[in-house]
Amino acid sequence: MLKLTVSAAVNFCSQELSYGCRDSSRSSGWLPVGEGSDSALLPVQSENAKSEGTFQVTMLPGDGVGPELMHAVKEVFKAASVPVVFDEHHLSEVQNMASEEKLDQVVDSMKESKVALIGKIHTPMEYKGELASYDMRLRRKLDLFANVVHVKSLPGYKTRHNNLDLVIIREQTEGEYSSLEHESAKGVIECLKIITRAKSQRIAKFAFDYATKKGRSKVTAVHKANIMKLGDGLFLQCCEEVAELYPKIKFDTMIIDNCCMQLVQNPYQFDVLVMPNLYGNIIDNLAAGLVGGAGVVPGESYSAEYAVFEMRCPGPQGLTRRSSALPSLEFHSNLIADAVKKVIKVGKVRTRDLGGYSTTSDFVKSVIDNLHPHYGS
Amino acid sequence: RGTGGPDARVLTHPLSPQPPPAKYGGRHTVTLIPGDGIGPELMLHVKEVFRHACVPVDFEEVRVSAEAPEDDVHNAIMAIRRNGVALKGNIETNHNLPPSHKSRNNLIRTSLDLYANVIHCQSLPGVETRHRDIDILIVRENTEGEYSSLEHESVAGVVESLKIITAGRSRRIAHYAFRLARAAARRSVTAVHKANIMKLGDGLFLQCCQEVAAEYPEISFRSMIVDNTTMQLVSRPQQFDVMVMPNLYGNIVNNVCAGLVGGPGLVPGANYGHDYAVFETATRNTGKSIANRNIANPTAALLAACMMLDHLRWGGA
Repeated sequence: MLKLTVSAAVNFCSQELSYGCRDSSRSSGWLPVGEGSDSALLPVQSENAKSEGTFQVTMLPGDGVGPELMHAVKEVFKAASVPVVFDEHHLSEVQNMASEEKLDQVVDSMKESKVALIGKIHTPMEYKGELASYDMRLRRKLDLFANVVHVKSLPGYKTRHNNLDLVIIREQTEGEYSSLEHESAKGVIECLKIITRAKSQRIAKFAFDYATKKGRSKVTAVHKANIMKLGDGLFLQCCEEVAELYPKIKFDTMIIDNCCMQLVQNPYQFDVLVMPNLYGNIIDNLAAGLVGGAGVVPGESYSAEYAVFEMRCPGPQGLTRRSSALPSLEFHSNLIADAVKKVIKVGKVRTRDLGGYSTTSDFVKSVIDNLHPHYGS
Repeated sequence: RGTGGPDARVLTHPLSPQPPPAKYGGRHTVTLIPGDGIGPELMLHVKEVFRHACVPVDFEEVRVSAEAPEDDVHNAIMAIRRNGVALKGNIETNHNLPPSHKSRNNLIRTSLDLYANVIHCQSLPGVETRHRDIDILIVRENTEGEYSSLEHESVAGVVESLKIITAGRSRRIAHYAFRLARAAARRSVTAVHKANIMKLGDGLFLQCCQEVAAEYPEISFRSMIVDNTTMQLVSRPQQFDVMVMPNLYGNIVNNVCAGLVGGPGLVPGANYGHDYAVFETATRNTGKSIANRNIANPTAALLAACMMLDHLRWGGA
C-alpha cells in the first residue's frame, strides 16, 4: 500500500515541478461570441496566490478510516517533498461537526484549490429535519455532477472474475437524490425523482468524452424506461442524441435489472456504463464487489471546474492522475504569449522569414526555455 | 448547375440545446486538426510547449488532408461539435479537382457557422518592418459573400458566380465588430466595401453597418472603399483601428495586414461562431514549400493557441 502511495506521489511531483512563474496581466482584445458577452469579458481573478511552486489541495478526512488514511498521505507527501499544501477541513454529521458555515468554508477552499481529497462523510439514517445529507449538499454546491468508478481487477488478488476492466459513470445531482419527499396524505409519502434534459445530456456527453479520451469502444446506458417511460425515457433519449456525435463509439442500452444479472454472469461484455443516480449507486457497489470490495475501487467526482477524489482506496493515486489543472488558463495564455514575444524581441533566435538562420525547433526550444526563466541557468 | 451550399446533413443537426463543452475538473478537451504542409510540425511544437507549460488542455487529434474522402471532414466537424473548440492547420485545396470538391476549410467554417474571422495585426517589438505601431483588429464575415460556392454556366462560355449578401449576416458581423471594439476599448470601426460598383450587395452590407453603428454612439464609424483601403494600409496603416468587411475583401485585407507586421509566420487568427470556435494562423497558408524542413516560424501557431486559451478561459463555446 505504501509503495503504491509513494510512486503516485513521485508522479505527482514530476508533473508539477515546472511551475513557479509569476502571473502577469495582459489585456487582450478577443471577444467570445455567445450569450452574456458583457459579463464574460470581465477579467477572471488571477489565482496565483500560492507560494512559489506549491499547490493547495482541499482535504476533508470525513469519518471512519478517513482520518487515518489522510494522515498516511500527509506523511508520505512530506517524505517525498511533494509540493502540495493540504487545506484541512472537518465535516462530520455523526460527531456534530457539521454546519452550514463549515460547508461554506469547504466550498471556499475548493474555489481556491480546485482539487480535493475526501473521505466518506457518514450520513445517519434517522430524519432530523434535514432531507439532504452534507455529502449531497457538498456535491450540489460544487455541482459535482459526474461520478466515475473504475472497476479493475487487481493483479494478484484473486476473485471470481479476473481481468475485469469497466468504468461506471453516474449522474449524482438529480434523480432519486433530489431530497424532495413529502407526505401528500396521511400515511402516503411521495418521493420525487427528477430527470432533466440538460443534466441527462451533460452526463451522457461526459461518458462519451471519457470513452473518447481513454480509448474505450463502447458506452452502455442503463435505465428502466420500460416502467418509467417519461423520466428514464428522457434520459435514454438524451443518451441516444449525444451518441450521434460519437460515430466511432458503440452505443447500446440495457435495463437495470438485466444489467445487474449480466454483470454477475458475464461482466466482460461491458466497457463504459452511464446511468442515473440510484442505479449508479447500486451498480457501483455490485461491480466493486466483483473485484474485491469497496476498498480497492477508487471513486472520482467531477464538475466542469472541480475534481474530487474519494478516499475509498488506500492511496492518492486518483489525485495524481489529474493535476495540471491548477493555475488559470489566463496564466498559461500569458505565459506562452510572453515567452514567444520575448524570444522575438531578444532576437537571438530568428527563423528565416525574420532574416535569421534558426530552425523551427530552435525557436520552440527557446520559447520553452523562456517559459521557466530559472531553468538550467 | 450550381454545386449547392454547405452540406445539409451537417447543418440540420437535431441537437438542441447544445450539450456542454468537454470540460471536466478544470481540464479541457480540444480538437486538433494538423492539416497539410507545415501544419503537422507546428502542432507538434504547440503540444510540446503546452506540455512544458503544464496547460490543462488535452487534444483530440483528427487528421484531414486534401486527398482524404469527405467522411474525414465530417469526422472533424463532428469532433469540433463534441469539444466546442479546435486548433487547426490549413488543409490544402486542390483547385484542379471537379467543382463538386469543396474546400475542406470552407466546409468546416460554414458547417459550424463560424461567422466571424478575427485577426489582430500588431507590430511586434524586435521585428523590423517598414511601418511601426500598427495595431489593427480585422473582423471578416466568414460564411457568405463570394464564398457561397454557387457557380454555374448559364450559357456556354459564360459563368456566373453568385455573391450573396444578406441583411441578417451583415448585421450579425457588424454587431460582432462593434462589441469587439467596445470590449477592447477601441475608438473607431471602419467598414470596407465596394458599394460604388456593387450598389445593392455591398450597399446592403454598408447600410447594415451604419444601422448597427448607431447603437454604439461611443465608437466612431466610417466606411472606405476596398481599393482605397489597401492603398491606405500600405501608406499609413496607423489610421486603422477595428475594420469590418465581407468575406473576400477580408481575405485580401488580412493578407495585406499580416504582411505589414512581418508575414504569415507571425499573426494568429480565430473563427468564432455562436457555439464553436476554431483557431488557426491568420493567413491560412499551408506553407508546403517549407514543410518538413524545420524552418517555419511557429509564432503564429503558438499565438493562435494562446488565443484559444483566452477563449476557453471566458467559458465561450
